[in-house]
Amino acid sequence: MNPGFSERTRKKIDKVVARYPQKEAAILPLLHIAQQEFGFISPDSEKLVAEILGIKPIRVREVVTFYTMLNREPIGKYHIQVCSNLSCTLLGSEKLIDYLKGKLGIEPGQTTKDKKFTLSLVECLGACEQAPCMMVNFDYYGNLDKKKIDKILDGLE
Amino acid sequence: MADQVLTQHFGLENFYKIDEYVKKGGYEAVGKALQMKPEEILEEVKKANLRGRGGAGFPAGIKWGFVPKVDKPKYLCINADEGEPGTFKDRYIMSHNPHMLLEGIIITSFCVDIHTAFIYIRGEYEAIALRLEEAISGAYDKGFLGKNIMNSGFALDVFVHRGAGAYICGEETALLESLEGKRGNPRLKPPFPASVGLFQCPTVINNVETISNVPQIILNGADWFVKKGLPKDGGTRIFGVSGMVEKPGIYELPIGTSLKDIINKYAGGVKKGKKLKAVIPGGMSAPVLKADEIDIPMDFDSLVDAESMLGSAAIIVIDTGTSMLDVLKTVTKFYSHESCGQCTPCRIGTSWINKIVKRMIEGKGSKKDIDEIVRLASNILGNTLCPLGDAAAMPILSITKKFRKELESHL
Repeated sequence: MNPGFSERTRKKIDKVVARYPQKEAAILPLLHIAQQEFGFISPDSEKLVAEILGIKPIRVREVVTFYTMLNREPIGKYHIQVCSNLSCTLLGSEKLIDYLKGKLGIEPGQTTKDKKFTLSLVECLGACEQAPCMMVNFDYYGNLDKKKIDKILDGLE
Repeated sequence: MADQVLTQHFGLENFYKIDEYVKKGGYEAVGKALQMKPEEILEEVKKANLRGRGGAGFPAGIKWGFVPKVDKPKYLCINADEGEPGTFKDRYIMSHNPHMLLEGIIITSFCVDIHTAFIYIRGEYEAIALRLEEAISGAYDKGFLGKNIMNSGFALDVFVHRGAGAYICGEETALLESLEGKRGNPRLKPPFPASVGLFQCPTVINNVETISNVPQIILNGADWFVKKGLPKDGGTRIFGVSGMVEKPGIYELPIGTSLKDIINKYAGGVKKGKKLKAVIPGGMSAPVLKADEIDIPMDFDSLVDAESMLGSAAIIVIDTGTSMLDVLKTVTKFYSHESCGQCTPCRIGTSWINKIVKRMIEGKGSKKDIDEIVRLASNILGNTLCPLGDAAAMPILSITKKFRKELESHL
């Protein structure tokens, strides 16, 4: 069972909800907060958000299933998201994706057994001048090659 | 480069901080605008021929003029979703020059009688969303936002709203749906957002770069702005160059600068040892140009004449070492993934084409495949609620037309 939001987060949530003339508009901001607090969006978290906003949980589910950044399953401590769009593939991201698959021993969409890494392929991250690029959690890394990937991953505890 | 306006202070380390920005003359445009009549501002922006930098190129002043004078709240939504593949200019503006965007937001809101503005920013740009919030909070502290801006009696609140990973939310009505807390399914138009937009109220939606140009129009006048670019397409553009070039990056240049110059003179030319094959001139949705078609001015009308589009001015450079079938695979994978699913031609068509392309890459293609791709893409074009369908069909049709022989060689 989800323990609920902390007191501090509840205060933040009240402020966020007050921005909008219709409460439901706060669904995405609240889901971001929930994901930050609990790591992913469980059905319990959906219910929590629904209760705060006075709506049915299915309304929250509808939103959660539309957006790729909202994770419905637990993910690893580090979420590696590699761009598989055009500027990055032109500069060799497919080879780097293969390299990461081998290095981590997982396929895109999977998490390592030690729950340290989740690997995902994503569309354009808006950092094409640094192609090939990826995000680890919310940090951007660009101009990647195998060596640089090794260094980045080695630096993650 | 003397042409730089939006990016001229990008080299300064702390320019994103309000004190540094004010030191460089920041918020003078707001001060001046608040002394003007709203209709004078509108006239100036119309005269400047400031066209939308998000992709469609619609004149901003005319868009603002569509907002009815009704007794309802009105909203400004800044489109900072920046999902068009190849595009990264707004990321630079928001991280290096957030206050110029805020100035533009304040002036636009004052002009259209808006008191609440939302910046809808793509979810991945978390760090930039935080920077914007820092900038907004600084602007409140200095009295540039809030109840009585610079003692003018004008009130405005600005909020940052983060998306959560959906290309379609860059489409203006999908953005509104998303901001209202729904799935990002585009709306049927009309009604247009200017009359029925956010929370069913009149709404102006403009791209980050578009609005960031407003302060300089107020400070320097419409004539000055038009001279920076072209008579029907005023100002500079921030061209984002990526792909197989020596110096990928952003280049702020007058509208109408030649594509050839942008690639060769500014972006250092095609990567050493490689030769140019094709260029996507305005984000992935723009029809592709062949190597011998790049001697062209980069403005909305010239690109339309060349049967492509300026779009978000994101230039993706493709070299002869790249297979256009691989490009087609990436393009079709993207649109099939990002189609919201509302319209059958787009939902089924994009994934169907992607399957055919993948089959061709595996060497299992048949002679009829290219015609089938053309047939499917033609059935998407013009047959969907929102422009994503067209955005998918256009690059597909241009690649199959201009590189048909190469595609056939894979069969």
